[in-house]
Amino acid sequence: MKAADKKRVLKEMLFARRFEERCYEAYVERKIGGFLHLYSGEEACAYGVLEAAKPGHDYVMTSYRDHIHAIKSGVSPKAVMAELFAKETGCCKGLGGSMHIFGTEQRFMGGYALVGGPFPLAAGIAKGIKLKGGDEICICFLGDAANNQGVFHESLNMAKVWGLPVLYVCENNLYGIGTRIERSTAVVDQYKRVAAYDIPSAQVDGQDLDTVYDAAKIAVDHVRSGKGPYFLELMTYRYRGHSMSDSNAYRTKEEEQIWNERDPLNILRDRLVEAGEITTDEYKKWDTEIIAEIEDDIIKFAEDSPEPSAELLHKYVLAENDPWVNGGAK
Amino acid sequence: MSEIMFWEALRRAHDEEMTRDPLVICMGEDIGVAGGTYKATNGLYDKFGEERVIDTPISEGGYTGLGIGASFVGVRPIIEIMSVNFAWLAMDQIFNTAAKVRYMSGGQLEAPIVVRSPGGTAHQLGAQHSARMEKVFMGVAGLRVVTPSNPRQAYGLLKSAVRCNDPVFINEHELMYNMKGEVPDEEYFMPLEGSEVAREGADVTLFGYNISVHWCLAAAETLASKHGINAEVIDLFSLSPLDRDGIKASVSKTHRAVIVEEAEPAVGVGSEVMAIINEECFFELDAPPVRVSAENVPIPYNHKLEKMAIPTAQHVVDAVLKQLGLS
Ligand SMILES: Cc1ncc(C[n+]2csc(CCOP(=O)(O)OP(=O)(O)O)c2C)c(N)n1
Ligand SMILES: [Mg+2]
Repeated sequence: MKAADKKRVLKEMLFARRFEERCYEAYVERKIGGFLHLYSGEEACAYGVLEAAKPGHDYVMTSYRDHIHAIKSGVSPKAVMAELFAKETGCCKGLGGSMHIFGTEQRFMGGYALVGGPFPLAAGIAKGIKLKGGDEICICFLGDAANNQGVFHESLNMAKVWGLPVLYVCENNLYGIGTRIERSTAVVDQYKRVAAYDIPSAQVDGQDLDTVYDAAKIAVDHVRSGKGPYFLELMTYRYRGHSMSDSNAYRTKEEEQIWNERDPLNILRDRLVEAGEITTDEYKKWDTEIIAEIEDDIIKFAEDSPEPSAELLHKYVLAENDPWVNGGAK
Repeated sequence: MSEIMFWEALRRAHDEEMTRDPLVICMGEDIGVAGGTYKATNGLYDKFGEERVIDTPISEGGYTGLGIGASFVGVRPIIEIMSVNFAWLAMDQIFNTAAKVRYMSGGQLEAPIVVRSPGGTAHQLGAQHSARMEKVFMGVAGLRVVTPSNPRQAYGLLKSAVRCNDPVFINEHELMYNMKGEVPDEEYFMPLEGSEVAREGADVTLFGYNISVHWCLAAAETLASKHGINAEVIDLFSLSPLDRDGIKASVSKTHRAVIVEEAEPAVGVGSEVMAIINEECFFELDAPPVRVSAENVPIPYNHKLEKMAIPTAQHVVDAVLKQLGLS
């Protein structure tokens, strides 16, 4: 990755961190309801992988921890925040919520709340790509604990048998809610599990943008060149609880400390400072600007937007005026 | 019109739709090289190839989800699940994704899939191969449920279901694939909502769907020939949504209703039709509506007991006579 790009991505990652932390506050202020899962600590995963791919061209989907994948795919942060605030200007008009961010124009194919649910959906999108003959790929980001669902195995098997252009990215943050991976999972290294399907895979440090990018480049090239699926495991850590209702009691301070020292933003920043690409002051200035932008632009937009109208309650359940419901319009 | 079998009608609908649109595909266990458990896709593998006629692994949740994902990008999958008993494994994908994705995406994404699957009690298949699951599918917003009672409906419903932008579950029946019936020679589309009057009558309405339409028709013959009772038979080919207007119109005419279902009584078509009658035309009734349902048991293997668990035309006749105070 070029230095200028790294600099840009660092700024984007800083934005992501501030966006998520502002969501935390808005949740405490009860502006955001329901479940809220934050991405802080894991930024290098989404940014590294999607820098190596073509967001907006490639299809992307993920779990409920989805705000940042959507934003990196091109969904407007305003529309995401407005969605979290349950407003009609939200990307899903206030019908989806934090766990269901969609931006089909940007080919962000959604956030899904059922753990493991997207595995086959992503394979299906890849099947569609193959049938239509495009050079897109489908990238599916999911957590480590999702790999204990049956559809993980079913989807890997089908993706391999049918040679589908799908990249599964496992964001291994070592926990499924409060259960540490060793306590739920026989094989802790997730990349090893896909050997059962003869799918190439790699495991790399998910805190280091450069490392993620390099590994993702190999993965994306593999899938795009028609060689079938690939599985990329990124070792990472979430700095917040699983969701806002999480006490975090299952993790030790020592463990948190170790991972705090491996903050993906700091790793990249320090590297760029050392290389003379940015100064600490410049970084601080970005931070101030980003915080102001989120407040004055994004939060204000979400706050000022109207709630969805009551008509929306019944809209989108079934297709509107679909002629085939009447056996075709004649 | 030609007389063809139920499976031939399905096969024809598949063939025509796949010929028309290269993005219509079909997938399921043993549907390709082997020609399909019920022959509904017989010969299509040779005609359209393995990319479009897909023999899936035995992964109901996986391949149903895969079909849904493909439908997100314009593919029109017709998914055959070998038996509704196996559809439980696909429920997460059907209910949590296909039925909800348009809504939760604020109208951005939809899942125009067709899932076809036979249910019902056949011949001594045992408890795990004899489920009647239409009631499960009917209860979920965002999903259409239709159920053909003859080859014409099987053809016309599948044709419309493939083109409709909603996810459609087609509830077929293990015992009906070899049933013969008239199907128009020209292209023909059924509406996905509504009901059909299978027999006109004035004294009582028998509501049936799928196989129970035939029990109703047989009962109506007996009632006419032996008891001078002129029963109307309404074929509820759409289970979700149910045809409120059609139910109301017939009950307002006959003032009596008997609902006939192959499934256990609780939370089913019978209870739902009764609720609609209550809501729409309670004061038209001359007698309380009656359900004729299966016994509330898993289906036994023993043939005698199996038959005892499922209603017959005679049960329908008895229910009508009782409702009329004639027995
Ligand atoms: C099918 C299903 N089971 C359980 C849950 C509850 N749940 C939500 S997230 C989660 C843990 C998932 O962990 P992982 O896949 O590692 O993702 P992470 O949250 O760590 O990013 C669980 C058990 C759910 N949403 N869906
Ligand atoms: Mg996890």
